[in-house]
Amino acid sequence: MALAFDEYGRPFIILKEQEQKTRLRGLEAQKANIAAGKAIARILRTSLGPKGMDKMLQSPDGDVTITNDGATILEQMDVDNQIAKLMVELSRSQDYEIGDGTTGVVVLAGALLEQAEKLLERGIHPIRVAEGYEMASRIAVEHMEKISQKFEFSITDAEPLVQTCSTTLSSKIVSRRKRDLAAIAVEAVLAVADLERKDVNLDLIKVEGKVGGKLEDTELIHGIIVDKDMSHPQMPKRIEDAKIAILTCPFEPPKPKTKHKVDIDTVEKFQTLRQQEQKYFDEMVQKCKDVGATLVICQWGFDDEANHLLMHRNLPAVRWVGGVELELIAIATGGRIVPRFQELTPEKLGRAGIVREKSFGTTKDRMLYIEQCANSRAVTIFIRGGNKMVIEETKRSIHDALCVARNLIRNNSIVYGGGSAEISCSIAVEAAADRHPGVEQYAIRSFAEALEYVPMALAENSGLQPIDTLTAVKAQQVKEKNPYCGIDCNDVGTNDMREQNVFETLIGKQQQILLATQVVKMILKIDDVITPSDF
Amino acid sequence: MAIERLLKDEATEEKGERARMASFVGAMAIADLVKTTLGPKGMDKILQSTGRGHNVTVTNDGATILKSLHIDNPAAKVLVDISKVQDDEVGDGTTSVVVLAGELLREAEKLIMSKIHPMTIIEGYRMAAECARNALLKRTTDNKEDPEKFRSDLLKIATTTLCSKILSQDKEHFAKLAVDAVLKLKGSTNLESIQIIKKAGGSLSDSFLDEGFILDKKIGIGQPKRIENARILVANTAMDTDKVKIYGARVRVDSMAKVAQIETAEKEKMREKVQKIVAHGINCFVNRQLIYNFPEELFADAGILAIEHADFDGIERLALVTGGEIASTFDNPESVKLGRCKLIEEIMIGEDKLIHFSGVDMGQACTIVLRGASSHVLDEAERSLHDALCVLSQTVNDSRVLYGGGWPEMVMTREVDELARRTPGKKSHAIEAFSRALQIIPTTIADNAGLDSAELISRLRAEHHNAASAAGIDVLSGTVGDMEKLGISEAFKVKQAVLLSATEAAEMILRVDEIISCAPRRREDRM
Repeated sequence: MALAFDEYGRPFIILKEQEQKTRLRGLEAQKANIAAGKAIARILRTSLGPKGMDKMLQSPDGDVTITNDGATILEQMDVDNQIAKLMVELSRSQDYEIGDGTTGVVVLAGALLEQAEKLLERGIHPIRVAEGYEMASRIAVEHMEKISQKFEFSITDAEPLVQTCSTTLSSKIVSRRKRDLAAIAVEAVLAVADLERKDVNLDLIKVEGKVGGKLEDTELIHGIIVDKDMSHPQMPKRIEDAKIAILTCPFEPPKPKTKHKVDIDTVEKFQTLRQQEQKYFDEMVQKCKDVGATLVICQWGFDDEANHLLMHRNLPAVRWVGGVELELIAIATGGRIVPRFQELTPEKLGRAGIVREKSFGTTKDRMLYIEQCANSRAVTIFIRGGNKMVIEETKRSIHDALCVARNLIRNNSIVYGGGSAEISCSIAVEAAADRHPGVEQYAIRSFAEALEYVPMALAENSGLQPIDTLTAVKAQQVKEKNPYCGIDCNDVGTNDMREQNVFETLIGKQQQILLATQVVKMILKIDDVITPSDF
Repeated sequence: MAIERLLKDEATEEKGERARMASFVGAMAIADLVKTTLGPKGMDKILQSTGRGHNVTVTNDGATILKSLHIDNPAAKVLVDISKVQDDEVGDGTTSVVVLAGELLREAEKLIMSKIHPMTIIEGYRMAAECARNALLKRTTDNKEDPEKFRSDLLKIATTTLCSKILSQDKEHFAKLAVDAVLKLKGSTNLESIQIIKKAGGSLSDSFLDEGFILDKKIGIGQPKRIENARILVANTAMDTDKVKIYGARVRVDSMAKVAQIETAEKEKMREKVQKIVAHGINCFVNRQLIYNFPEELFADAGILAIEHADFDGIERLALVTGGEIASTFDNPESVKLGRCKLIEEIMIGEDKLIHFSGVDMGQACTIVLRGASSHVLDEAERSLHDALCVLSQTVNDSRVLYGGGWPEMVMTREVDELARRTPGKKSHAIEAFSRALQIIPTTIADNAGLDSAELISRLRAEHHNAASAAGIDVLSGTVGDMEKLGISEAFKVKQAVLLSATEAAEMILRVDEIISCAPRRREDRM
């Protein structure tokens, strides 16, 4: 209906070039949107759980990524459909907010959409479905709070934290070394955590990777690693009790910002200029020496002469250090970034217990380790691995583990994993549905059904009979009034998740339900899709 | 209802079985491609580049072959990647790692056909790999304490590595050369300090290891061609016009006479600089940058040998060898450390003149001069020698040694079979498959040598029923032989890296159940 009539009965066009656009309206539009959302969810469904499969993604440049991190898969998928893009956003916001559960949230949203489709076919208005979902999600979140437990750990006894992180890592390719990596992640988080404020600044944890070596060589360094070496090959490779001058000015004669020219027209001028130049270099090095620095880290380059002077005066130096790294070094060593030589004072120097250079492999690769810093609250996780893909995937996995540990420090409530929380919520939501008058009852019941999709997918991925397993677990939960029964993915023999030590953070799970519901509501409310056709 | 255009145009998506098939086929194709180069009787490949000139490379180094392939299959890319990392990390075994990974996938395909879940296979493979590694660990020999034996171990390893390469005719010669070079490094793994100079002409057996250091430069005219007891200053400084570095400085004059004056001042400055350098009491001056005619003349007058434009690596190596420091300012001659060597002379290799530093103090660097009939031969010889050097330098750090000739694979097979029998459940199929895949390496070696592999492998397996056996394939006589007596050894580190990275790669490909390829980025056609 792009043609409308104004008050005088004259027709005018609302939508320009109507015939060149494709347009879907009403139920048609909703169904198309739901189909797109479901398609995305179907792709991620097989990646769920400890036995989930990976996806191989080939970028436009031909690089290969192998991952089972939901957010990464969706981000690299090059999606064109608008609704599919919404799902990508959904997974990304879970990643930003919580850092884990990026696959689960998409699978849940897909399940909700699938259920909504059935309701729409019965002629229930999409807004009523959306409202029903909203109510159901509130019930589920409240119920989750009820079945959650406090998780006890302290800085001296980090063992429970390590176990949680290894649960997160068990679904990744690094599961072979999950225990070690989890321990590294927890140690890193605890090193930078502010336990009183219950906050962790993940920016202080730098994750660096270098191809080569084994995954076993991955280590946590209480300090900073810089991918640079000493500016002169014969400077000392190891400095103890370093006092570091952090400079953002080059070791070169100053360049005034205003345009100027120095004219040389006599021999005397030529000679004075030459002497002045030498004095400059001398003074610069002398200034650094005077304040007592034993290491110079500079953002810019040095002149060859300055380089040799530094070497000569026994002042090791590093050049071309990036801005971000410079800041991290400043934070870690407690130094100040100095923009001019004149402003160099002893108080502005950073301190580190040991600075050393280390080389790797058969190639000429060196890195600078700055350790035992004055402020020990900046750490680096240094990942080694067989190839680039493994390192990238390990980085992502470590990031997930770090996020989980951080979330536990922020809020130590947990729910048990293996689909147990979803099943328990599903039972609670279903019970609540019956008490609800109105059309929303159907929507609430559908929500309960959608919650079961996650454990179902888990069972399917683990090679179990999905329906058999799910019904058995559900019956067990109701019969024993035990909300901790889940899917026994690893074939351990028990499905009490407390015994298996499989748990997830409460906020992570709640966030999943809330985010998925929100996106589904948004998709359901769309009843007109106008796309410009190809030109 | 079908959804249109979920992904961008031209992007493709493969799911489930099809995805798995696509990656298996790709990976196996790659493995079969390099399979024929394995072992002492493996064949070479000719690679022709698509670039200008269609350069030709003849090689049987797995990493080099795979690096030059244009591959579209993502799973194949994973294999290329592991071969490259194997090259960077240990230097040898680049073919074996790909063949083993390909075989593991081939076996996995059969298991998947009989409806075993990929995750179960992965679990089995992991157990098998761990068990195989432990089996190897138990059987290693370590002769680090005994320098004599250690050296003979190294020699054996070098011979084994080289015998599958182009250098195999002169393998004893080259093995000795490589071992000597690596032992000079005294435990460092920085192969940069071993310089390889290639000069066409002569035959491969004319190649030699030089104790000192050879710099591919000419001596300036009118300067001494031979210096005994040289004191060398290694420098990195401008010896052309020494510019004023103060920003915005420029020369502006109003008469010709003044130009002349400034020119003289400039010359004076250079003369001063040269005098300062001479004041160090040196008789050889090596600079990284250019030396202009004027200072060169001054050096010649002072009887100093001046070498210009030595590249950065050359300078660093020279500093390392002679023990001098790289200087850029010359005001305090007493505190600059000078390099020393007994003799500097100009030598001729083929038609080229080179500068030879001998009798050096530190001796942590050395030069290998390769001679050969053509540049292809030289390139391949360099690659082979590089492999051997890498393996040796790694072995110096991790001195555990195994026998070669398919012996490690048979030892692993034995232990893994044992494990399969002990393990209940579907995993045992995967473990058995792992042991079958391990046997592929000796089988391929035998096949490539034109031997009856089925007969040989079964005899070998029978030998290995006895746990302490040292039996392996003796390719030269075509029988099962005692590896200890034949002196065929391999480094433990290489075998371990092959085993672990092949398993890791196979695992990574097995875990994939969907391949999504984005539309290739369009490039502007510049033609």
